[in-house]
Amino acid sequence: MSKDKCIFVIPCSGIGKSLGTVGRKASYKVVDELRPKQTRTTCLALLTMGDEETLKMVRENPCITIDGCPAKCAQKNVEASNGRLMKSFMVTDTLRNHRDLKPEGIIGLNPEGCKLADLLAEEIVKTVDEIMEGKS
Amino acid sequence: MPIIKWKVGIVSCSGEEIPEGTISRVATRLVLEKLRPDETVTICLPLFLAGGEGERTFAKVFPTITVDGCEKRCAEKGTMKYSGKPFATIVVTDSLKKCPDVGLKSRDQLSSEELVLAEKVAEEIAKKVDEALNQEMKQLRSEKP
Repeated sequence: MSKDKCIFVIPCSGIGKSLGTVGRKASYKVVDELRPKQTRTTCLALLTMGDEETLKMVRENPCITIDGCPAKCAQKNVEASNGRLMKSFMVTDTLRNHRDLKPEGIIGLNPEGCKLADLLAEEIVKTVDEIMEGKS
Repeated sequence: MPIIKWKVGIVSCSGEEIPEGTISRVATRLVLEKLRPDETVTICLPLFLAGGEGERTFAKVFPTITVDGCEKRCAEKGTMKYSGKPFATIVVTDSLKKCPDVGLKSRDQLSSEELVLAEKVAEEIAKKVDEALNQEMKQLRSEKP
């Protein structure tokens, strides 16, 4: 898959909350480590500012969003941009299934937060693989 | 008489795609958590741009400092568009010119070298916070009957 044709994994900026940091860390895990050839990310702010190049990319490629809070900025921004949204993840859903992993810290996540990000990354990878196989 | 505590809003670009964006976010958090915790708040940029009325109202009433990772200046442009002129604008790529030896690589976990750069940007932001608060105080004193 070429750089211009790939799956976009777009987290919320989540600068104010640990859950946002978990979402961002999970997206980096997918994009940089687990599926580097199939995925990439973009700045959500570019999308919300209406950057033409970014709008074109999210309209032409499958997108997966990850949100840290119920405001769902990433999901709503991709939808408002008429992007090809395939699946939306909420960090709180992953947390609900792993209540012992309470994330803390924003500059640096605690080990529980990092573990939660790893688990979320595994969920995202499953969706990436499904999209690649044409199942999703 | 109600006592109004003036705060400065730090609006960082989200910058997930580039290491400079991570420097912006980390520098912003360093100001919020360590350098000026009582004087600053942050505004989540995509929420701000997507119509967060609370965020927009705050940025209309209180001074803001924008921190951008690149020359696209999303934070500065968004603040200008929805709330008004920021008190100060900082672009990480400008700060990088003062440290040509630092090569940014990571978008996730900053190296010790990259963290030093984030601390320098945080100090720049903190100086602007002090300037903004001094200006607000001067204005309040001049308006006092």
